[in-house]
Amino acid sequence: MTALLTIITLVFIGVALWQMGKIFGLAQLGTTANNQIANDKDNRINGYLMMGFLVFIYAITIICFIYIGDLPLVNNAASEHGQDIDNLMVISMIVIFVVQIVTQFLLHYFAYKYKGKKGQKALFYADNNTLEAIWTVIPVIVLAGLIIYGLFTWNDIMNVDADEDPMVVELYAQQFNWKARYAGEDNTLGLANVRLIDIDKANILGVDEEDPYAQDDVIVTELHLPVGKPVLFKMRSQDVLHSAYMPHFRAQMNCVPGMVTQFSFTPTVTTAEMRQRPEIIEKVANINKLRVENKEEIEERGQDLLYEFDYLLLCNKICGKSHYNMQMKIIVETQEEYDAWMKEQKVFANSLNL
Amino acid sequence: MSATVETHAQDNHEVHHHKETFVTKYIFSQDHKMIAKQYLITGIIMGIIGILMSLIFRMQLAWPEKPNVLFEALLGKWAPGGVMDADIYLALVTIHGTIMVFFVLTAGLSGTFSNLLIPLQIGARDMASGFLNMVSYWLFFLSSVIMIASLFVQAGPAAAGWTVYPPLSALPMAQGGSGMGMTLWLVSMAIFIASSLLGSLNYIVTVLNLRTKGMSMTRLPLTVWAFFVTAIIGVVSFPVLLSAALLLIMDRSFGTSFFLSDIFIQGEVLHYQGGSPVLYEHLFWFLGHPEVYIVLLPALGITSEIIATNSRKPIFGYRAMVASILAIAFLSTIVWGHHMFVSGMNPFLGSVFTFTTLLIAIPSAVKAFNYITTLWKGNLQMNPAMLFSIGLVSTFITGGLTGIILGDSALDINVHDTYFVVAHFHLVMGISALYGLFAGVYHWFPRMFGRMLNKNLGYLHFWVTAVCAYGVFFPMHFIGMAGLPRRYYTNTNFPLFDDTTNTNVVITMFALVGGAFQLVFLYNFFVSIFYGKKSEQNPWKSNTLEWTAPVKHIHGNWPGALPTVYRWSYDYSKPGHEEDFVPQNVPLKEDEEELQH
Repeated sequence: MTALLTIITLVFIGVALWQMGKIFGLAQLGTTANNQIANDKDNRINGYLMMGFLVFIYAITIICFIYIGDLPLVNNAASEHGQDIDNLMVISMIVIFVVQIVTQFLLHYFAYKYKGKKGQKALFYADNNTLEAIWTVIPVIVLAGLIIYGLFTWNDIMNVDADEDPMVVELYAQQFNWKARYAGEDNTLGLANVRLIDIDKANILGVDEEDPYAQDDVIVTELHLPVGKPVLFKMRSQDVLHSAYMPHFRAQMNCVPGMVTQFSFTPTVTTAEMRQRPEIIEKVANINKLRVENKEEIEERGQDLLYEFDYLLLCNKICGKSHYNMQMKIIVETQEEYDAWMKEQKVFANSLNL
Repeated sequence: MSATVETHAQDNHEVHHHKETFVTKYIFSQDHKMIAKQYLITGIIMGIIGILMSLIFRMQLAWPEKPNVLFEALLGKWAPGGVMDADIYLALVTIHGTIMVFFVLTAGLSGTFSNLLIPLQIGARDMASGFLNMVSYWLFFLSSVIMIASLFVQAGPAAAGWTVYPPLSALPMAQGGSGMGMTLWLVSMAIFIASSLLGSLNYIVTVLNLRTKGMSMTRLPLTVWAFFVTAIIGVVSFPVLLSAALLLIMDRSFGTSFFLSDIFIQGEVLHYQGGSPVLYEHLFWFLGHPEVYIVLLPALGITSEIIATNSRKPIFGYRAMVASILAIAFLSTIVWGHHMFVSGMNPFLGSVFTFTTLLIAIPSAVKAFNYITTLWKGNLQMNPAMLFSIGLVSTFITGGLTGIILGDSALDINVHDTYFVVAHFHLVMGISALYGLFAGVYHWFPRMFGRMLNKNLGYLHFWVTAVCAYGVFFPMHFIGMAGLPRRYYTNTNFPLFDDTTNTNVVITMFALVGGAFQLVFLYNFFVSIFYGKKSEQNPWKSNTLEWTAPVKHIHGNWPGALPTVYRWSYDYSKPGHEEDFVPQNVPLKEDEEELQH
């Protein structure tokens, strides 16, 4: 039935278009010298439309910035290096914004200003080395600045400073969930390989049971981080590629089967503090307004109606059917809270079924 | 050299006056003009399928998990009760990407216009090898058929994203689509690459050897330069993708471990050891990035030609345009790592690739400024082809600028694989190249079919498409900056992203309207082939040689001798001439100087 309806709809659309074509055809019969080549009238109308389109581009830019521009997490970085990334982002955005406004203006304004008229002749102007030198050199200078700034930022982020004595945490990815393994008091992760996985003994991460470093490791499903302390994440995956994406911390690294990747950052804002930030309060209120409007739908899904802000770890590399729901909550808290939470967790040696 | 070309061409001309049967004329044709049409029609059919898929998954994103009669009708068992299955969502985005990038914007665009224009614009009877050209098209056709066939296999088509990264694509137990669907995908792509290589080699040889008397490299139209350089990039990079595909086939079917190591899936440890998916990423993107320019350069070449012709002005900075095509081509082969900043490769490599990537902005900026300057003080003829060309420059700038953010490794960390990337590449290569394709069709339709496309339908098509393209992809930047990952079947599991829901609905609305108005083009195209207004010999008053050949389909392109070329192709509005154009085969006047370029 639905297929039939669809086909009927498509047929109607086809007929409508056919009629439209006929109308166009008829409309053209009367005009003289109709050879389907643009005449002065076409040039004029499309010239005006070009200016209209310029306004449209500006309008959509402004609308996006005003209405959905507060979606971006810009200026709410919750990590030390996140601030640098945001600064670089803002500078790049300003450069882009200025270039976009100016070049789109020139393009569309020229298309309007120099719209063709019969009998008019264009200027024969084929080359100008000075002009070309100018618009080669200007991008070179601007880009040199951005490249240098960018590379310094990148090196700062990616080079792990061993003197800072970071806390080592393993992020372990599998279809379709995350686990975290803390290195314990020795701050050294025990050896691990998927070949050592033993489901019966609940050794789900393949940690080497013999390794003395492994004994005090702690495996959890919710990531807790003490504020202000550098963390060095070691990423592993047991099956396919995943990507550990922590947008609030401006952090991302792929998890690759067969190798260990790493990323390091220092969280600077606790979850509790972040919830108190005016932008976040506003964002959460906005989201909850929408959720209340769609109450039935949300309860049908079995979700809590009201949303409370939390940091998240998301999978950001296509990994299979439930890729869209591969997440882990991250809680940033004070050192005391963290220590108290850690005390409650079982160490690896005690977590095995023997 | 030129003398031999002419003798050879004359022979060719004599030989080709045999009677053609229906099969040799329309099906197994070795004539470049017919092959161009075959590429175009096949490309259009693939384009309809690719765009339709995007509309289906856009509806899913706007109204997630809601029953939809269209889903039920189109997806059948993959949408029980009209609710889309998560596996088919991934399959749709995968096949949409594959079809649009390779089958529409590589074969459909390059295949059509390289075939049509290279011999006609350089003054050759045909391609260097008509036979290889025919084989190239039929291999492309075969690969299209296999790709479409893969949609109907039991466990679903390939669904690992158009980049088909292993291990997801290598292990049937990781995903339904990684079984038979993936096998067909790889076979189809291997054949496609063979087709593309045959085509590219033919283009290169033709441009180098078959230029008519007087057609020096510096008198070539920019279209031919773009097709020529594109073919070179293709020959350099496509074989690397073939090697990646073959190694992946080995891993999948013969138990090798090129890309796989230490895998535990569904309760068992697999035997693979020592390989790395990162190797696959390197091999894939060594083609994958140049591929962007394989798609884009022909579109830019077409735009150069159309903007100059319709501005009635020489293209500004011909030498700089050629130099920037060459610079882009060279740089495109040493930037692939910017797709892999967070893949786990050495951060030092990230620095190198940031540097080379941002360098590409320089030749790109030169091109954009040169287009704008070409418009300046022109006498712009606003034909539909011209509108699409201006539209291309607009989306090329908008999309290109955000590349400055994505190419910067430090910034890429946070927007990598989000909708920001989707917005960026759709504008800069998807929409831009599509506009190039449309511009080319509107401009050269008279040359292909001897008839004109209806201009008013063309205007309607352009303006609705232009508004919708921005409406779809501009807001996507913002939901990307909000951290929304791409390739999520639904965002409802993340209340964090609830405030992107309305934006997603707006995007889908624009997509549906924009998609529907492509029917205007299809209607215009197919009706005009038969009923369009008969075209004049040179409707756009263009300088290039293709407009000196008769409209009637003949083998060998020119009935008598080949035209001789005396000037470059951009003598528009040249002082001292009555008309505002001087075709390339018009000899210089006695006191006239050829522009030094």
